[in-house]
Amino acid sequence: MMEEQTKDHAELALEFNRDEDRVNWHDETLWFIRQKRDKIAHQIPEWETLREAASQIKNNVLSNLHNYLQQFEANAIANGITVHWAADGAEHNRIVHELINKANVVRMVKSKSMLTEECGLNEYLAEHGIEVIDSDLGERIVQLAGEPPSHIVLPCIHKKKEEIGEIFHQHLGIEAGISDPQFLTETARQHLREVFLTRKVALTGVNFAVAETGEFVVCTNEGNADMGAHLADVHIASMGIEKIIPERKHLGVFLRLLTRSATGQPITTYSSHFKKPREGSEIHIILVDNGRTVQLGRKDFRNSLKCIRCAACMNTCPVYRRSGGHSYHTAVAGPIGSILAPNLDMEKYADLPFASTLCGSCSNVCPVKIDIHQQLYKWRQVLVKNGYAPTAKKAGMQLMTWTLSSPGAYRMAGKAGRWVLKHAPFAVNNSFNPWYKQRDMPNPPAQSFGEWFAKNKAGK
Amino acid sequence: MTVGLFVPCYVDQFYPGAAIATYQLLEKLGVKVVYPPKQTCCGQPMANSGFEHLTGGCNELFIKNFAEFDYIVAPSGSCVLHVREHLHDDKNEQVAETTRHKVYELTSFLTDVLKVDSLPAKFPHKVGVHQSCHGQRGLHISSMTELVAPEFSKPGSLLNMVQDIELVHLDRKDECCGFGGTFCVTEEAVSVKMGKDRVADHLKHNAEYITGVDMSCLMHMEGILHRQGSKVKVIHIAEILNAE
Repeated sequence: MMEEQTKDHAELALEFNRDEDRVNWHDETLWFIRQKRDKIAHQIPEWETLREAASQIKNNVLSNLHNYLQQFEANAIANGITVHWAADGAEHNRIVHELINKANVVRMVKSKSMLTEECGLNEYLAEHGIEVIDSDLGERIVQLAGEPPSHIVLPCIHKKKEEIGEIFHQHLGIEAGISDPQFLTETARQHLREVFLTRKVALTGVNFAVAETGEFVVCTNEGNADMGAHLADVHIASMGIEKIIPERKHLGVFLRLLTRSATGQPITTYSSHFKKPREGSEIHIILVDNGRTVQLGRKDFRNSLKCIRCAACMNTCPVYRRSGGHSYHTAVAGPIGSILAPNLDMEKYADLPFASTLCGSCSNVCPVKIDIHQQLYKWRQVLVKNGYAPTAKKAGMQLMTWTLSSPGAYRMAGKAGRWVLKHAPFAVNNSFNPWYKQRDMPNPPAQSFGEWFAKNKAGK
Repeated sequence: MTVGLFVPCYVDQFYPGAAIATYQLLEKLGVKVVYPPKQTCCGQPMANSGFEHLTGGCNELFIKNFAEFDYIVAPSGSCVLHVREHLHDDKNEQVAETTRHKVYELTSFLTDVLKVDSLPAKFPHKVGVHQSCHGQRGLHISSMTELVAPEFSKPGSLLNMVQDIELVHLDRKDECCGFGGTFCVTEEAVSVKMGKDRVADHLKHNAEYITGVDMSCLMHMEGILHRQGSKVKVIHIAEILNAE
């Protein structure tokens, strides 16, 4: 969770855009990943059928969530896993803290879990004297930099290798001025190796939990979840309740889609199944609601819970690529974050559904076919109806409505507007007009189409 | 067949040439075109800003102006998509529904209804085609790079009927220009950056004109081109298809 901030997406995006070279670099880096995704998706002729299958499986899950969760719980317990339920982020954090206390340690290693970002776990544990080290390379880098991840799959995609060299120079003691990726990765590897070997408690996220078997699957490219979980005595897995799938065979659909959509790889390097604890060790799984059942109750927005967190919608989003993940001021950025966040706090995230042109590219790349751009539109309606529209906008919209609902008023306003543009352009072409800041206004024509028609065609 | 010509408000006020070309083109193709003079706006600017509940007046006017026609045609993908998805009438939803299904974006109408297979048009220029998102991803007037599906383009096929035109290849075939309705002012920085990048792609490939089915995207890109002092012009697709 980010610290309290009062700037909205537009203001944060404006700051990001002060450095155009960086915007170009950020855009091109993510566009490259979008292209990789296109290339590998096109290698699968049944790609669209696969998306449809995934969507239908998830629809089934959402309609029978309670049954699958109970089935999963029973099977997991039978396998020797301890199951915890958390109604919200605070309860989740308390459970983790208790488990750490019970293990009698003050340090924990954690692989990537956007859920723990959503719950603010790192900050909570830090306040209670527990040191958490993120073992995903990108997450470790932003953690050292004191920043939240800017992307759910590529947490430090906003940082250039030179900046990472500087962070490692400051925190891991390497020489200044190093930017060789191989060297930097090896530095992180050595640093994390010591962490893996000495931590007694490891926390991981969960990509899929299988109701049929009581097992769960964690997908990483770095193997860091496995390193943490296998070397620790206690493995805590934090999971949003929507991550459940009915049967193991369904993984064949989701694992094919996940990484192709995310990074353009055929599959994650590691797709590890955890079913029962090793002799002498413990596995705890925490099933977290934190607003998900509320979202499930919102007819127009429930299918946002189909999300498998691949981030394809971020990589393709022309706004995300040019505003950066931090401009969304929430754990899950981009188009999907913009339809999830208002569910948790409408006031705080009222700006996010408006941070989109509604171009629809997000919905097209979504491997589980969430109608993201339609939900952005619908959230706008909900937010305005709940009173979260700025006063000036409200007044402007009412004036516009009045003008456009009356043919007479519309013709007058149009004529006046064109007259002003022609004879008093300074009234429009000034710094109060955000259009004019970097764009010219259109040249006003001598007559509107309506006027042309009346003169040349009407009655003929 | 009688077609009601639906001219989006900003086209009416700022780009009458696009509407005149649409009118002339349809007449040239043997269609009886009627322009209801009391039309204003489809209500999209309010709806996309979260104020769909204020669009009742616009909906009522739209139905009053257009319900009687066999088809309703507009030189815009965006406004047509809005009507298709959001035209309602509490008092008579049946009429709203039939009206919704009768509204066509120009190039879809030419392709799917009139089944145009040749045009007497000539435009000896290098032209870049901007895929407006609402026409493309909303109305499916052309295939989309995200989907694994056969390629097609209704505007593209029509432009290929134009004599001496040269369509330029773009690096990003269907990226949004960043206009986005009120987004263009509420998110000015990102909107302009998106527009600059789109324009740069056309300039890089030596387009003399940028065309598309939506004047709103073109207005945004024109504003950027002007500010940059570029000689490259924007032109609505109807004006090319009607050019002789």
